[in-house]
Amino acid sequence: MDHFPTSWGRPRNEAYDAFNTYPLHQRPNHSKDVFADGVQRTQQPIVTGTSVLALTYKDGIMMAADNLASYGSLARFKSIQRLHAVGNSTVLGASGDMSDYQYIQTLLDELVIDEFTANDKHDLGPAEIHEYLSRVLYSRRSKMNPLWNSLLVGGKKNGKRFLAYVDLLGTTYSASTIATGYGAHIAIPLLRKAIEGRENTLTEAEARSILTEAMRVLFYRDARSLDKFQIATVNDEGVSISETITLETAWGFAEGIRGYGAQTQ
Amino acid sequence: MQTVDIQQLKSGEVNLGTSIMAVQFKDGVIVGADSRTTTGSYIANRVTDKLTHVHDRIYCCRSGSAADTQAIADIVHYYLQMHTQQSGAPPSVNFAANTFQKLCYENKDALSAGIIVAGWDKDVGPSVYNIPLGGGLFRQPWAIGGSGSTYVYGYCDATYKDGWGKEETIEFVKNTLALAMSRDGSSGGVIRMCVITEEGVERLFVPGDKLPKFWEGAEVLGASVKRSDSTDQTPMAVEA
Amino acid sequence: MISLQAHTLLMVESSRQGLLSLEIENSGTAIGLRVKDGIVLAVEKLIHSKLLIPEANRRIQSVDKHIGMATAGYQADGRILANRARDEALSYRSSNRAPPPLQDVVMRLSLYVQAYTLYSSVRPFGCSTIIGSLDSSGPALYIVEPSGIAYGYHGAAVGKGRQLAKTELEKLKLSELSTREAVIEAARIIYLVHDDNKEKEFELEMSWIGDETDGIHLPVPKDLLEEAEQKAKDALENFE
Repeated sequence: MDHFPTSWGRPRNEAYDAFNTYPLHQRPNHSKDVFADGVQRTQQPIVTGTSVLALTYKDGIMMAADNLASYGSLARFKSIQRLHAVGNSTVLGASGDMSDYQYIQTLLDELVIDEFTANDKHDLGPAEIHEYLSRVLYSRRSKMNPLWNSLLVGGKKNGKRFLAYVDLLGTTYSASTIATGYGAHIAIPLLRKAIEGRENTLTEAEARSILTEAMRVLFYRDARSLDKFQIATVNDEGVSISETITLETAWGFAEGIRGYGAQTQ
Repeated sequence: MQTVDIQQLKSGEVNLGTSIMAVQFKDGVIVGADSRTTTGSYIANRVTDKLTHVHDRIYCCRSGSAADTQAIADIVHYYLQMHTQQSGAPPSVNFAANTFQKLCYENKDALSAGIIVAGWDKDVGPSVYNIPLGGGLFRQPWAIGGSGSTYVYGYCDATYKDGWGKEETIEFVKNTLALAMSRDGSSGGVIRMCVITEEGVERLFVPGDKLPKFWEGAEVLGASVKRSDSTDQTPMAVEA
Repeated sequence: MISLQAHTLLMVESSRQGLLSLEIENSGTAIGLRVKDGIVLAVEKLIHSKLLIPEANRRIQSVDKHIGMATAGYQADGRILANRARDEALSYRSSNRAPPPLQDVVMRLSLYVQAYTLYSSVRPFGCSTIIGSLDSSGPALYIVEPSGIAYGYHGAAVGKGRQLAKTELEKLKLSELSTREAVIEAARIIYLVHDDNKEKEFELEMSWIGDETDGIHLPVPKDLLEEAEQKAKDALENFE
């Protein structure tokens, strides 16, 4: 999967706007696209969020996403939240179209109230929320009108940790560490190396520093990312979403660099 | 039978290639806009009023298709009147923004509308909401929109401060719009502003020949022009 | 001729309503208290069989996160009304993107109840409903009658022991009580109005909405319920 939300679900065309500078509707050769008619009838992501990262650790799961909503290459909204608590054992992280994400939030809020008023001593855990979302996203893609997101659902209920992915096509999978978007390319190798085989021993502090390090690498290498992000934790105490964290970054090493080859001054 | 090419029609539509903005301050909000309406490069109207009343203390700034945004504003105006009659109290800005958002989101395939909603209500005081193209809803202390806005993000980020009073906010809106209008061919004309507070709505007007002036270049520089002591080149001064 | 028909219809109707209201009057008492910072609902749930599982067939139901209701009369009808109220609350939510004020839910619910008094093909609802909520404008409490009428109250009582319960509620300074204190008082009143000699056993069912529950309608926690029941029993002994 491509890491640019605008490119999801369409054929590759690296000759034009390979760096996703413009929202799709502003690209000059938009109408020349062989899928142009298809594009007209479905929709396209406009205001988008980039990667979401998640991992399982000793006491539960942890998720991170930055606070940016982009408009093409314009960093348009720099203090939005992309992590959402669903009930008190699940957290949802969203990349892709932010208006569709807001729609999904209202869907889930209604679902949670529906479940609450039933008052039957049951509530929805992360596995149920994930299954529900996969059905919603799959049915929308089957109507040729997808919800343009890739989502991570994580949580802990009855002592069992849960972490899974679902995207605009309804594709799902589960793993001990998952990332969406650019994170799937850049952060996953780092996360797997740090986590695999240590899921049951990793402490909260270790998990937090692994995620922070991955977010830092993404900030260095993802041109649609921000150095402000939040971390959500789900453990036996329930869901908590942190205040905004600002990344510390290092640039000092670059001071002595000169030119691009033989140049020395 | 000849069929109508809707895409052809749409591209010929009157567009609000615009500079619009709204800023929240201590006692209220200020909304502002330029006045240019274009079809292609022809200025169809040079004195347009893009500040649209939707309720006593709630206005919106429209960008995108004039037809689409007028239709949306009319529908929201109707909903807000109904809401007022049924609940017996003026609507919150949040309610108005959500009504706009729903129309924009549910018809995103058919609309080209970027709308800023701003106003004052009893519960939260002043607030500004931005509804960009896809139909998302974002609350912001200040919002800019339309084609002209892309040229002035840097100016706004560098200038805006929390806790301003009315006069400072008016200057900010006026300067931002003037800068946007001077760089964006699809924006221009006059500046219209509304100051919305608990007390009421005050209209402000800056004619096209009284806009704040910024650096415009003192002379034409070419190869033949001899090098002068260029200290008279004032850098970008940001005052009216 | 017409007047005779109308007269006959009214006769049938009033005897039908008589039967229904008898059902409500013989039902276990339900009370509601609207206090300083919240709402308490309490029900004397009569246990007609020892074979029933404790806590089954709840007579207090949730309508929304912040709205709860208790019914007296036909339990099946009570569940229908709760479902309707939930639908109305959810519909308000999706059109207004905000938690529904209780008055709006009550207006819609009473309209629904009233419609069942109009047609020969349906019978009116056989239950009285106490419905309470807590939101940004404070606590609210209403009774919806089978006729479709609805009034707001400080303290509400329906069912068999309502007269005595009302007398007890009137003695309380409801607007000064905390929700926690109101739980104790509500339990005491239910124990007081229960007639040990004539009636079957009963189960005390209580819920509350207040600062302690974060504005959410929840069953009163076990330890507090037990404490309230113990205090109620003690008070009863002193009373006699």
